[in-house]
This record gives sequence, C-alpha cells and structure tokens, in this order.
Amino acid sequence: MSSQLELRSVSLGYRERTVVSALDLTLERGDIGCLLGPSGCGKTTVLRAIAGFEPLLAGEIQLAGHCVSRVGHTLPPEARRIGMVFQDYALFPHLRVGGNVGFGLHRLSDSERARRVAFWLEVVGLAGMEAAWPHELSGGQQQRVALARALAPEPELLLLDEPFSNLDPELRDSLAREVADLLRERGATALLVTHDQGEAFAMADHIGILEAGRLQQWAPPYDIYHWPANPFVAGFIGEGVMVDAHMLAQGDVQMPFGRVAAGSMPAPDDHPRPPAGPVQVLLRPDDVIHDDDSPHTARVLRKAFRGAQILYTLELDGGVQALALVPSHHDHAIGSRIGIRIAADHVVAFAAAPP
Amino acid sequence: MPGIAEPQPGALLTPDVSRGASGERRQGLWQVLALFIAALVVAPLVVLLTRIGDADPELLQHLQDHVLPQVTGNTVLLLTLVVVGTGALGTGLAWLVSRYRFPGRDLFSWALLLPMALPAYVLAFVAVGLLDFAGPLQTALRGVLGADVRLPPVRSTAGAALVLTLCLYPYVYLLCRNAFDGQGQRAMEAARSLGLTRRQAFWRVALPMSRPWLAAGLLLVVMETLADFGTVSVFNVDTFTTAIYKSWFGLFSLGTAAQLASLLLLIGFVIAVTEHRLRDRAGYWSSGRSRASEGERLSGLRAGLASGACVGVLLPAFVVPLAQLLAWAWPSSAGIDTTSLQAALRTLGLGMAAAVLVVGTALLLAYARRESPGRVTRLATRVATLGYAIPGAVLAVGVFVALGLADRLLPAITGIDWRIGGTLVAILFAYVARFLAVGSGPVEAGMSRIGHSLDDAARSLGANSRRRLLRVHLPLLAPSLLTAAALVLVDVMKEMPITLMTRPFGWDTLAVRIFELTSEGQWEAAALPSLALVATGLLPLILLDRQTRAAMPTPAREPAVKAIAT
Repeated sequence: MSSQLELRSVSLGYRERTVVSALDLTLERGDIGCLLGPSGCGKTTVLRAIAGFEPLLAGEIQLAGHCVSRVGHTLPPEARRIGMVFQDYALFPHLRVGGNVGFGLHRLSDSERARRVAFWLEVVGLAGMEAAWPHELSGGQQQRVALARALAPEPELLLLDEPFSNLDPELRDSLAREVADLLRERGATALLVTHDQGEAFAMADHIGILEAGRLQQWAPPYDIYHWPANPFVAGFIGEGVMVDAHMLAQGDVQMPFGRVAAGSMPAPDDHPRPPAGPVQVLLRPDDVIHDDDSPHTARVLRKAFRGAQILYTLELDGGVQALALVPSHHDHAIGSRIGIRIAADHVVAFAAAPP
Repeated sequence: MPGIAEPQPGALLTPDVSRGASGERRQGLWQVLALFIAALVVAPLVVLLTRIGDADPELLQHLQDHVLPQVTGNTVLLLTLVVVGTGALGTGLAWLVSRYRFPGRDLFSWALLLPMALPAYVLAFVAVGLLDFAGPLQTALRGVLGADVRLPPVRSTAGAALVLTLCLYPYVYLLCRNAFDGQGQRAMEAARSLGLTRRQAFWRVALPMSRPWLAAGLLLVVMETLADFGTVSVFNVDTFTTAIYKSWFGLFSLGTAAQLASLLLLIGFVIAVTEHRLRDRAGYWSSGRSRASEGERLSGLRAGLASGACVGVLLPAFVVPLAQLLAWAWPSSAGIDTTSLQAALRTLGLGMAAAVLVVGTALLLAYARRESPGRVTRLATRVATLGYAIPGAVLAVGVFVALGLADRLLPAITGIDWRIGGTLVAILFAYVARFLAVGSGPVEAGMSRIGHSLDDAARSLGANSRRRLLRVHLPLLAPSLLTAAALVLVDVMKEMPITLMTRPFGWDTLAVRIFELTSEGQWEAAALPSLALVATGLLPLILLDRQTRAAMPTPAREPAVKAIAT
C-alpha cells in the first residue's frame, strides 16, 4: 500500500533561485508530520508545493498514490483534496462561521451541508456558533473555525502553516495538544510547518528539520533530540553545547576534562559512530548530572532559575563550558564548585569539521 | 488614487503567485491589458505634448506677448493666496477639533467638511450675487451709509482666491485632522515632558510630524486650483483654463488652446510626480499605535472663541450660500422648466455611465496588479491614473485633438466611416481618463484587503476561479465598488470644463446650465440646478463619515479622502 504523501527529490524555487533542493519525505496515512526550521528555510514553500500553489523545479509529489505534481504538471489546488489551515486563518470575512465551514461543501444539499457544519463545529468545540461572524471570535476560536473548515471536506491530507503562531504562548501549547489529539482521533494525515520546537514535539510523529532548503533529518521526535543527524540539528533542537574531543580507537571519547565511556545505548543504524580522530561531542543539559560524590568538579558561571530546576552554566576542567539541568533545591552560588559526572548511556559525536 | 495599494517591500519575496508556465502566460496577458489601458488613457496627453513643437510662430508671439504674462501672473497669485489660505484655515481648524473639547466640537468635526459638497463655481456665483455692486449687501450698505460706499471689487483674483479657499480648505483640514488624531497623545506628552509649552509643542512636534499630510492636502488644493474653470470664469479672472476655453470657443483656435493646454499639462506632471513622492514618504511618518487624544476641555471665553471660529468659517462657506440658493430657488421651483429637468436626467445618465466604465476599468487594473505584481503593471497603473492631476480643460483639448486624429486615421485604415469626436463616446472617454484615479482608489484599497491567503483557502476548499470570483471576491469588493461608483458619479455630475468642451451638440448637463446661466448673471435661475448638485455632493461626505466611524485603519481611510479630493 502506498504512503499518503510522498515527496521524491523535490526541488522548488522561483526563476533562477532554488529555495528547496532534492527533498524526500514520506508520510503514512494517519501520521502527523512536522517541518521545523528557522524562518526562511523554505518550509512554507514545501507546504505550498504540496498544496499545489507552487510548481516543482524537479522531482515528484504523490498524494494517496496519485502523482499530483511533477515538472511541467501541477494539479491545481482545487482538484487535490487537501485541506489547509493558514497562518492568518484566512477566514472569509463576509461569511459567517457556518458559511466558512460549509464553503468546501458546496456540492452537498443545503440540509446535508448544515448537518456537516454542525458536526465539525462540535468536533472543534464550537457547537452552535454557525451564526457568529469571524471578527467576533477570539484568535483561538478563529483557529478552530479554520480547522473545522479545512477538515469538513474530509481531505486526503491536512496542511497547517504555522497555525499557532498568532496565539498567546499559553493558548498555543494547549491548542497544539488539543489539535493533535483531534487529528489522531479522526485518523487524519497532517503536515505542519512551524519554527516552534514545542509545537513540533507536542504534535508530530515525524519531524523534519529543514535548513537552507535541505532536509537535514526526518525522524521521530525522540531521535531528533537524542540522535541528531548533524551538528546543525544538534544545535537547533533543544539546549546543549558542542565540545571538542577526540574519538579513541575502541570507541571511548577523550574529553578535555576526562575520558568518557562509549555508552551502553546502541546508536541507531543511520547514525554511525565517527572514526577515530578529532570529534565534536554534543552535551545536553541532561547529560551533565550533578553528583556531590563525583571526583569531577565544575565551577558555576551562570544560573537560570526555572522553577523545578536550575539551568547551570558550568566551566569544566579544560575550560569547556557545559549546561546542567539540576533540581532547584540544589542551589549553588555563582563561582562555587560542584561535583558533576557525564551520563554516558549515549554519546553523540560528529567528526570535527576540517579546520 | 494610484499607488494606494503599493505592495509592501517584503511582498515581492513571498511566494504568492503561482508561476507555472500557464501562470506566466496569464500574468503576461494581465500586463498587456494594463499597458493597453494606460496607453488609451495617456494617448490624449501624448498627442497634446506633440503639439508643443508645431506652433504657428505668429500665434506663439501673440501668446507670449498678450496671454501668457497675464495668465501666469493671475495663476501664480491665485495659487499663492489659496495655498496660504487653505493651509492656515485647514491646519488651524484641524488642530482645534483634534486637540480641544468645546461646545459643538463633535458636530463641527464633521460639519467643517460640508463645504466640499458645494462646487466652487456655485459658491462663486452666490458670492458675486451677494456682494456685487447691485447685490443685497452693497445695496443695504448704501442705504445706511450713503451712496458713495463701495466695497473692493468682488470680481478680482482676491475674490476668486477667497472663494476657492473656502471651498478647498476641507482637504487640508481632513488630512491634517487625521494626522493629528493619528499622532495620538504620546508625542505631545513626550514633547511637554521635555519642557515645551503647548504652543511650542505644536510648532516643533505636531506640525512637523504632520508635514507629509499637510503637503499632500496642499498639493490637492494646488491641483484643484490649477484645474478650476468655473470659479475663475464667474470672477472674470483669466487663468490657463479659461484661456484654453476662450482660445478654442472664442477665437476658434484649437492650436492656441492646445499650446496652453500642453503648458498646463507639464505643470500637472510635475505635481503628479511630487504628490507620488510625498505619499510614498508619508508611510514612514505614521507613528504606530498610540492612544487617541482626549483633548483639553475649553471653557468660558476660550470655548466661545473656538466654537465661534468654526461657525465663522461655516457661515460664509456653507450656510449662507445654501440659504441664498434656497431663497433664489424658492420662487422658481413652482415651474421647473423642461430644459433643466432634461439637463438633470442627462447629468445623471452621463454620471452613471461614466461610473460604470470607470469602476469596470479600475477593477481590471486592480486585477492586473494582483495577478501580475511586477514593475510594468505598477507603472502602467500609475500612468493610467495620471488624469487626476491633469486639469479637465487640458484633458478636453487632448481628447478632442486625439479623437480628431483617430477620426482621420481610422476610416483610412479600416475602411469604415466612423466618427468618435463629438459623440458620447468622446465625453465618456474623457471622463474615464480624468476620473479613473478616483475610482481606482477605493477599488485598489478593497482589493488589497483581500489577502492572497483567502484565494488560497478558497482553492484548497475546491473553489475554481469562477466560484472564487462570485463567492469570495465580489462580495468582499462590493462596498468598495459602490463607493468608487458613487464618488465618480458625483465628480462627473459636478464636472464643468470637460463637459462644456467635449459634449455632443445640445447635451447640456446641470453644470453646463449653471455655466451658461451665470455667465449671463441669472443667479436665480442657476440656483435650482446648483442645489441639485449640492445634494449629490453630500453623498461622498456621508460615505466618508461612515468609513471614519467604522474605525477603519488609517491606510484604508486615506484613499477615500484622496478620492473625494480629486
């Protein structure tokens, strides 16, 4: 059985300027995918190409087993059976909520359309709001109307373009989770574009990291965080520092402050250990563990109180700086030395870039 | 107005338009259409400019010796007086209404726009009728003070300047009021916290901040003054426009008229370019979101003076002329002659036909800019809407000359003997060229409010282009299209020089009737058609007021202001 969405070495751009090159990704039916990247990385362009708003420079896009885009042929958006939620929601200001949600259902009879509109409004938690005008709604409500409108025609694929970026931070997180639950419940296949990691982690089964028009990694959130494919992904996702180190022949790593064992956790297949030689090692704040009994100590340079935890910036032996996330009742003064050890269950190392 | 809906600089980078092979072909078609419209509109002006070279030397000598010095002198004096007058009156009243609370302030805020509804030539003949030697005022003065009492002659450049000032100050007032309101309280509070008195803060902060709006308002005043034909005719002051008319219809020398027109056209170009520069710059001055000023409450004598100032302007600019018109019209209203009725119907017919044509053309231009947002289309739109800066008298000559050329050339080329000159086609063509900017303003603004994501959303919901047009664009554009049509209708109905010079034989409109009656001093007979024009002139003011009350964001409000202003 074919995947719900498949992009094969897709390149996109305008005239001579290539924005996205040789992008491959696959989304299975019922999956929620997310393209994550800094602004200007081309992620929205990818979304618009899938929707049919942008022609391809190279490659092919398949939707539910049918080719919808290839060079020289772009099936128009209105013929694709895709739903799209826009960053600014793009609700029709001259139509009431009911008219908006029913817009894509124009082939149905009036009574059937009204029934479906009522159903989808209930699904998004806005039952009975048919007669309201879009401008009378709050941002979060408008967002839900946009979602109901996109889902009502039961599209093969739902595309969401930075759907939560116009909302308050608190609302953003709760709505992201709520929408993810709703999409899973309905078994919808969706692709989301965002620059917000929290949103991506809250919603997605697969996350794609896009940078400078290239897909750096396409993997489940856990792997993206713990097994970043390259230093860019490592730096872009989560917190942490890169430490210059040396990979030894037997797999241990010689760090400036000491030797670290290779780790018990096996690296995934797509993540081969770099050969012996100079490397860069990713140290996440949860890799550096505060332990009063440890023979290794580090000096506290900065501290940021985060409620349950304190994020310490530490200076290790050898002048290396690292972050450590420590329960907040371990309150140490700046300048004091605290005991640390490096959690060695997995070590992410990259071959050092040639100088 | 042209250029209202300039795409934001960033918009060029956002991938808004599909650019497949078919997309580019479609864009090309829109571009060609925009260029075609621009070429059509600008043809009369180009034809006119080619006439600068081939002048009869004898004629040119006559122009230089007798006509130009006087005409130029009058025009410069008139412009100076009107600019100073409207500048002082407009900013002063705007400041008063925007920053102070006094009895009647809310009423005056709107009522001070009323003089816009009065065509300047109507105020002109009312003023002459009232203040002339034989008029009621001087007659009464003589009765009281003796037979030797004389007022300075009304029919003078100063008199015309006074009338134009009273009619045109609302442009400056409106733009400055918006500017002052938009500045909010913050800038003034900052200035005063830095030790400036209220007066100093006005001169050093509020006024400099409003400079782009003030300049835009004054430029509109300059355009209107240069284009004015009716007022100066009533006052017997020779300016470029009346000189054009007289050389054409008095001396029957179309060549001389074309000469004068091309000169005035050059001035118009300069103004249009300046205006555009200013408008581009005005964007940088808007001071973002800021609390609107509540205004200082005046009391006692100061409140009385403030209210008195407003009344003092409104009385001569609107109330007294309206009362006089009613007084003149009353006895004659019993028997409305068929000529006037016919003229009224023709005026309405011409106005509606022109409104439909202008709005249709403006819609095409707006779509061209939306679908093909490149430099070519933008330039074409700008050129096509240049007519607002070109005085009607100039355009009339240009259209006449251009159509004369077409009437000679087209039969030769096509073999069909058709004549456009002197037909309804000619006058409607001139109207479209003159007022395309008026209609374009609201249409462009309306179009720019329809985000591209709405199109995308409709497409992603399966709507084809027909459904998008019928279900999304037209419903959203309808208010803008109606506004545009109303503004054009009113402008065409008041229009005098184009109508006078290019109308088909015997097609007298209300404005033409007024021109003919007032040139014979028949004030009473001219009163009724004038009242009809005043009544229609109130329509754009009501539209403007509704828009302002709907608290639209300023950029959306400004086009209407400018559209009314032309």
